[in-house]
Amino acid sequence: MLSVRLEKFNDFGEWRNKARQLLAAGMNPSQVVWRVGAEDSGLFEAGDDMLPQPDGPIGSVPSQFIDLARDVIQHADPERFAILYRMLWRLQSEPHILQNAADSVHQMLAKMASAVHRDTHKMRAFVRFRSIIVEGEERYIAWFEPDHYILEANAPFFTRRFSGMHWAIITPYASAFWDKDNLRFGPGGSKKDIPAEGAVEDDWRIYYGAIFNPARLKVSMMKSEMPVKYWRNLPEAERIAPLIRNARQMEQDMIARATTQPPARHLRQKAREVEAPEKTEQFQTLHDVSEAVDACRRCPLYEHATQAVFGEGPPQAQVMFVGEQPGDQEDLQGRPFIGPAGQVFDDAIKNAGIDRSRLYVTNAVKHFKFVPRGKRRIHQKPNTGEIQACRFWLDLEREFVKPKIVVALGATAAQALVGKAVSISSTRGRAIDLEDGAVLIVTNHPSYLLRIPDPETKAREREKFDADLMLIKSMMQTLEK
Amino acid sequence: MVALSLTRKLAVLADAAKYDASCASSGSEKRDSTTTGGIGSTEGSGICHSYAPDGRCISLLKLLLTNFCIYDCAYCINRSSSNVERARFSVEEVVQLTLDFYKRNYIEGLFLSSGIIRTPDYTMEQMVRVARTLRETHLFAGYIHLKIIPNAAPELLAEAGRWADRLSTNIELPTDTALEQFAPEKRPSEIRTAMARLRGKLDETVEDKKPSKAKPPKFAPAGQSTQMIVGADKADDAAILTRAAGLYSGYRLKRVYYSAFSPIPDASARLPLAPPPLMREHRLYQADWLIRFYGFDVPEIVSGGEAGHLDLAVDPKLAWALKSRQSFPVDVNRADRELLLRVPGLGVRAVDRVISTRRHHRLTLADVARLTASIDKVRPFIAAADWSPGAMTDDARLRQRLTPKPSQLELF
Repeated sequence: MLSVRLEKFNDFGEWRNKARQLLAAGMNPSQVVWRVGAEDSGLFEAGDDMLPQPDGPIGSVPSQFIDLARDVIQHADPERFAILYRMLWRLQSEPHILQNAADSVHQMLAKMASAVHRDTHKMRAFVRFRSIIVEGEERYIAWFEPDHYILEANAPFFTRRFSGMHWAIITPYASAFWDKDNLRFGPGGSKKDIPAEGAVEDDWRIYYGAIFNPARLKVSMMKSEMPVKYWRNLPEAERIAPLIRNARQMEQDMIARATTQPPARHLRQKAREVEAPEKTEQFQTLHDVSEAVDACRRCPLYEHATQAVFGEGPPQAQVMFVGEQPGDQEDLQGRPFIGPAGQVFDDAIKNAGIDRSRLYVTNAVKHFKFVPRGKRRIHQKPNTGEIQACRFWLDLEREFVKPKIVVALGATAAQALVGKAVSISSTRGRAIDLEDGAVLIVTNHPSYLLRIPDPETKAREREKFDADLMLIKSMMQTLEK
Repeated sequence: MVALSLTRKLAVLADAAKYDASCASSGSEKRDSTTTGGIGSTEGSGICHSYAPDGRCISLLKLLLTNFCIYDCAYCINRSSSNVERARFSVEEVVQLTLDFYKRNYIEGLFLSSGIIRTPDYTMEQMVRVARTLRETHLFAGYIHLKIIPNAAPELLAEAGRWADRLSTNIELPTDTALEQFAPEKRPSEIRTAMARLRGKLDETVEDKKPSKAKPPKFAPAGQSTQMIVGADKADDAAILTRAAGLYSGYRLKRVYYSAFSPIPDASARLPLAPPPLMREHRLYQADWLIRFYGFDVPEIVSGGEAGHLDLAVDPKLAWALKSRQSFPVDVNRADRELLLRVPGLGVRAVDRVISTRRHHRLTLADVARLTASIDKVRPFIAAADWSPGAMTDDARLRQRLTPKPSQLELF
């Protein structure tokens, strides 16, 4: 039996050095005992000084093993060095064991690593600094009792976080000191080394009690996340017992208490509030209409859309373009025709020589209809009921703007303007008289052009769209004469 | 009026803040104070520094700047008609408390909200000032979460996003009708418009990844979230989850928090004064998780329960599976990831392990048992190298067998 002696509890480099020597010497794990620190050797164990020092690497291991070993070496189990060496030995002939999550040694190592992670995490959570003044400077000092040898590997976390503080963390087996420049380690200490602190710790206990909701008492949950073994070093823990004791009573008091009279301040405020004018649907201007549309409840689409998107453009525009409904971008920004279809639209009217700032641009339906699909909203065509309900607003827009030419972009707009479903192919390319004296031109919705996959068809449809816009342009020129 | 001590203000304004469930401090950028000489760091996942006896994590110092409020929302402890004790912090007081607590490692940072005083802009401006002071004057690199006042000016939102890691706007209630009924001063579309504005700002920071372009200014690296109160109004779980799915898809929310409506001191007579529906809240969180990470959609999840409500006795994935037995058993050695994720009892990690391990050998039932926390729930729904559930999958008593025994009440 060979006894291998390590000086440190948790030094991966030291262990690796010894393990490489053992591996080079072909030492089977069953022939090796690992001893750490001042631990006594067994009676029949030989020392490790005879092991040859290999020059250069003696084999290879997956990097996953190195990461695992760096964690496992911090575990308190005295067997950790031997288990790691056993795994290293096996990896020489079975390099893929670490991909087999069902292997029992691998599982044991994974379990040890996860205990170290948990301890590391709990240390980051439950270290409690106290402030003391030393030579006129504020210093912070904490006592913590980890389950494993984690201080050295965990200390850099505290230097990153508290780099502008002068601090020390004392544990039973070692201590860490940070002076705002350097991190150093020293021997362990005891809880008595930590001075008392007053006001801030009291405030923390006040906060702890105030943030607790007695109506939601769930003690087992608290204990599983903040095990009782940590309580003795947590200043807030003394509040736990009384808070639990009084919780039921506090909850029942809240439920039982009768409603009180509102305070005078509230009543004065209410009295100051001018009664909001009764909502009528009598509108004096287009602006009044635009203010009212957001509160529309004529169909259920308001419930999931961000906001109603009203028309935009000069209130006396001669030409009104009507689309289907706002899309994702329009819904977010509250303006019509600014998303991808809006860009096609802008591009096409520019080609036709039409100035958008002279147009009134709106939609048949004012709220965005969609179904959620993960992180995206998929456009849904509005149904007849929704189109019908929203005609109220479109009719008001037509009434106030009084356009001479109305352009329906797509079948939904055409339906809203004509009052019944019409096909685009049978109506496009000619002026249709509307009851109020305006003329209607029907064409495709620009988003239709975006959806055509075949480039040839796309180009052909774009030509037709452009031709419709040229027709509108010439009608606009006629109007101006 | 006698001036309150700082300690008394802390008690009042922490008590007033506790009904906001959000306490996350994760998902922000990686940063620390090694180069600034200040204090603070965020390294991906947040840390719960303590737990209250309600089982909830204490990660951030959760405070209101003030609990004076001109609004009168029936469900809120701080509504103007309530007789709770009122207090107001100065900007400096919140800054000092945050630093004092942070330096002692009590907290990950600050979550600041406020009642609305004077105007939304005035209130928002005060909150932004706290965040700015922490960052600029004290080189504070810890986590900051600011509540957004819905109709505050867009410039204030922009500045809030510059200093904060996370911003949130509470949707409050699952339906617009309920919100209008219980929160007469709030406009649902204003709340959603605020979320839409934040999304616009967040989108700007991810677009233009081209190296030639200047980096866009930082904006709330931990994104935005919201909270919905559950059980104050009559909305069913289908309405709640549909609302949540709509918000996730529209505004790229990191989280929707569900907060069981809880009795509050001096409550309004218009609301149910009953113990909070904690199990319902729990099931909603599970359902939310399934929608975001397991490829379920709302109608599927809701189909596991009855009449628009989730099954309270079993978890929503199991509830769905029990009603969709034609989809089972799933062969753990062949099925793709998507299907494995639908097996009750298999989480994302267990599925990853199944997939990596089966490359090396065919999995037996015992292998699967080693990869997951509890095999009992899994067994009826899978086939493995040495296992077929046979008639077990269709057994009429399966639901009864898999329903957890009601746990005993805790005694004190």
